[in-house]
Amino acid sequence: MPKGALARAEGIVVQWGQALEEEKAVEINLQANVLGANAAIAQGLREEFARRGVYSINLISSPGAGKTTVVERLCALLKDKVRLAVIEGDITTSLDAERVARYGIPVHQINTFGGCHLDARMVERALQSLDLEGTQLLLVENVGNLVCPADFDLGEDAKMVVLSIPEGDDKPAKYPATFRRAAAVLLNKIDLLPYFRFDLARVKRELVAMNPQQRLFETVATTGQGMDAVVAWLVDEVQRKQKAAGITR
Amino acid sequence: MHELAIATSIVDIVQAELAKRSLTRATEVKVVVGELSNVVPEALEFCWEVATQETPAAGSKLVIETRPVTAECRACGHRFAVENYSFLCPACGSGDTQQTGGNELYIEHLLAE
Repeated sequence: MPKGALARAEGIVVQWGQALEEEKAVEINLQANVLGANAAIAQGLREEFARRGVYSINLISSPGAGKTTVVERLCALLKDKVRLAVIEGDITTSLDAERVARYGIPVHQINTFGGCHLDARMVERALQSLDLEGTQLLLVENVGNLVCPADFDLGEDAKMVVLSIPEGDDKPAKYPATFRRAAAVLLNKIDLLPYFRFDLARVKRELVAMNPQQRLFETVATTGQGMDAVVAWLVDEVQRKQKAAGITR
Repeated sequence: MHELAIATSIVDIVQAELAKRSLTRATEVKVVVGELSNVVPEALEFCWEVATQETPAAGSKLVIETRPVTAECRACGHRFAVENYSFLCPACGSGDTQQTGGNELYIEHLLAE
């Protein structure tokens, strides 16, 4: 074969190889958790809470259901029983932190500036200015929203969802993921039941079906009605957590 | 808002994976979304174009596979598809059940070059 033809043939083979290389799409089997970055930080928080014996609550509800009033009432009822700290999450303002600070409880305000939920990184950062030494119960009040907060693990032991009577009895059915993941639900403003078309029996039935292990409380956070049961549950959980961490007081 | 954050998070993971393997472009990304994951597939698709703009995933196809909500009864061992979000065992009525599917939210694979 003449030298020129061989060189040309070689050239064609090289070009063909390059073309093959370009066309070859690689399939990468990833199996990567989309929220993996948040999950990793949350796991770190969970381990720190476990080591310190801190029982942590992620408090979720719509805006206006009474989350902050629940926090205030819990501060008043719990402050002589357990050492608690509070993280407040809001899009803007420090109004909630100011309300909690009146009870002499260590509190840190997170502002998400538009963000519709707290994530583990925000809590991690908040803990840089909130000393957990000696803390037994950490209440984290999420941004008022029944959707996104349920998806972002904050390293908490339990999600507590507040559903107030004026919001309507369709909320569990409309936000099943959030209510399914709630370890406890507070049916708040229960004293308003006579004034609203709210089918309490139906809501209870739906909640039990969504999460049969869930604890249900009927409360009026403003007056304290029904809050003793919530307090008893939390004190119990705190004691269990402290014991697991080998802390005796 | 939420789906845009999810889409951005997917793009971040894809981008990191491409860099790790010295690849330049993703052509397809397949995501598995559980029916109880709080992610609306239509909203995620809508956000995909915006989230991928000026990234190595620009112009890529987003494939979403949804997974049903399933559970298993600890009392009688019955495995069932959860309907109307009821986790009560349809066989024995027990509430001692464990969710086995429906919370998925992960990237299964991607095609890249």
